[in-house]
Amino acid sequence: MLTVFVGIVFAFLMLPLLVVFPISISSAAYLQFPPPGFSWQWYQRYLNDPGWIDATIRSVQAASLCTVLAMGLGVPLSFALVRSRRRWVRALDRLAAAPIIVPTIILSIALYGVFSRLQLIGAWYGVAVAHTVLALPFVVILTSAGLRTFDEAQEQAAAGLGASWFIAVWRITLPQLRPSLVSAAFLAFVSSFDELVLAMFLSGASMTLPKKMFDNIMMEVDPTIAAVSVLQILLVGVCLGLTALFGRGALATTISR
Amino acid sequence: MRLSVQGIVKRFGATTALGGVDLDLAEGEFLTILGPSGSGKTTLLKVVAGFEAPDAGRVRLGEEDVTEVSPRQRDVGMVFQNYALFPHLTVAQNVAFPLEMRRRPKPEIAKRVTEALALVELGALSGRLPRQLSGGQQQRVALARAVVFGPRLLLLDEPFGALDRKLREGLQLEVRRLQRRLGLTTLFITHDQEEALVMSDRIAVMNHGRLDQVGAPAEVYARPATRFVADFLGESNLLEGEARGDAVAVPGFGPVPVACPPGPATLLLRPEALRLDAKAAGLDCRATGRVVETIFLGLSAKLRIRVEGGPEVLARVPLRPSTPPPAGEGATVALGFAAEDVHVVPRG
Repeated sequence: MLTVFVGIVFAFLMLPLLVVFPISISSAAYLQFPPPGFSWQWYQRYLNDPGWIDATIRSVQAASLCTVLAMGLGVPLSFALVRSRRRWVRALDRLAAAPIIVPTIILSIALYGVFSRLQLIGAWYGVAVAHTVLALPFVVILTSAGLRTFDEAQEQAAAGLGASWFIAVWRITLPQLRPSLVSAAFLAFVSSFDELVLAMFLSGASMTLPKKMFDNIMMEVDPTIAAVSVLQILLVGVCLGLTALFGRGALATTISR
Repeated sequence: MRLSVQGIVKRFGATTALGGVDLDLAEGEFLTILGPSGSGKTTLLKVVAGFEAPDAGRVRLGEEDVTEVSPRQRDVGMVFQNYALFPHLTVAQNVAFPLEMRRRPKPEIAKRVTEALALVELGALSGRLPRQLSGGQQQRVALARAVVFGPRLLLLDEPFGALDRKLREGLQLEVRRLQRRLGLTTLFITHDQEEALVMSDRIAVMNHGRLDQVGAPAEVYARPATRFVADFLGESNLLEGEARGDAVAVPGFGPVPVACPPGPATLLLRPEALRLDAKAAGLDCRATGRVVETIFLGLSAKLRIRVEGGPEVLARVPLRPSTPPPAGEGATVALGFAAEDVHVVPRG
C-alpha cells in the first residue's frame, strides 16, 4: 500500500523530467512531444550563446554570494535566538519565517524602490542581497533546529578545558551541526539559483538564468529551454550529491524538517 | 591545590540554590558533597568550575582568588554527569583537546595523551569514537581528558550515575587510586551515600543549599549533626523520646542512659546496633516486639519490628551458615541495644 503510494508520488515528481529530457534532444525546432528525431543542437545552441552562458554565470555568482551571506548572517542569528535567556528574543524566532510569508511580489516592488535609489538594479550582487532575504529563513530554521538538539554541556566542557567560547563553537558545536548547516547552505543556494520574481524586478538587462528562461519562453519558444532545464536539474542534482557526501544525514534533516 | 569556598550564595529568581556555603579542601584531599537532588550540590560545583557566578562569596584556589576568573582560565578538570565527550572526535583527540587549547607542542601532546590513556587503560582504543565505547570506557576517557593537562582541581559530577552497579564499584576504586596517585584535590558530587562512604576522605552533607555537616565518613555516619544527615546517610532508626537529665525515655524501651539536655530528644540507632533474642539479654535497653517483615539480603537479613508500646524499628542481623534463620513474620522477639551505640541527634 505504502509502496504504491510512494511510487505514485515518485512518478508525479519524475514525470516532468521524463518529458523535458526527450524534448531537449529533439530534432524539431519547436516544443513537440514525443520528439520526431534525435539531436544535440539545443545543447549546442545553449553553449554557443553568450547570453545563456552569461546568465548562467551570473546566477551561479548570485547564488554563491547569497549562500555566503545567508549563512554568515543566519548562523549567528540562530545562536542568538536559541541561546538567549530573554524570552522576547526567543519569541523572535517565530518571526524568522516572515520573508517566506510576505508575498514575493511585494518584497520585489519594495526592494526595487530601494535598489534603484542605490543604483543596484542590474548588478548580480544586488540580486544576491535580495535573495539573501528569502534564503535567510531556511538557514535560521534549519540551524536553530539543529542547535536546539545540541547538548550545551559540551560547550561548557570545552570552556572548562581551556577553550574560548568562539573556539568551542568553532571546534565542537559547528562540526556537529554540519548536517543542518550543509542542508541550509544547499537550500539557500538552490532558492537563489531558481528564483524568478525578484530577479525580474532587480536584474535589469543583466539577466539571471531563470529570467533568461522566462524571456526565452515569451519570445522564441524553442527546445533550448528544455536543454537548459535539464542542465539546471543536473546542477541541482550535483549539489544534492555533494550535500549527501559532506553532511551525513543532511538530506534526511532537510526533508524531515 | 587547596580549595577554599567562602560564604557562597546563589539565587535563581526567588529560590535560593546556595545559602552561604563554606568549605575547605586540603591539598590532595578527596571530598564528597552528598545530598539529594535539588539540594544545590551541582550548583556549588558549577560555581567552583566557573560556569555560574555566585551572588556572594569567594572561591580560592591555593592563594589565588578565582571568583571572577573565567572557566577556561581556572585550570580545573571536570567530569560531567553525561561525560560531555565530543562525539565527533576520537578518544585521542578528545584527550588532546585541553592540551591543544594550551598550545602545547605536538610531540608533547602526543606523549601526554598516550600517558593519560595508559593511566585509564584505554591505550588500545585511542582511535575510536566515543559512541563506539561502553559507558565505563567513556567515563574513563572523560577522566583522562580531565586530568591530562595537570589541573589544579578535579571536579566529578555524579560520574557513575549511568553505570550498572558492578562497573560502578570497580570504577569507584579505580578513580580513588588514580586520584591518590596524582595527588589531585578532588571535589566529588553524588546522591549515593554508599558511594560517598567508599570514596571520600571527608563527606559534606548538603541539604536545601546548606552544608549540614562536614566530616570523615565514619564520623558523619556515627555522629550525624542533624536529623537530616542521620536519615540520609545509611539506614537509621530515629527514636523520639523525652530527656530528663541523665536519661532519655523512649516508649517501649524505657529510659536510655545517655546525657541529653532536658526536653524532647531524637536518638539515632543504626539497624545493625539492634540485637535480637539471646543477644539482647543483658543490654541496657530492652523491649519485645512482633516481626512485621523479614527481608533476606544474603550477608544479612533486615527485619521490621513493631515494638510493644513503641515505634516500628529496623534491625539488621548478620547471617552465617551456622546461625539459625532469622525470625519470620509474626514471630515475637526480644530486642535490645547498648546505650553507647546510641547517638543523640542535636536539635536544630
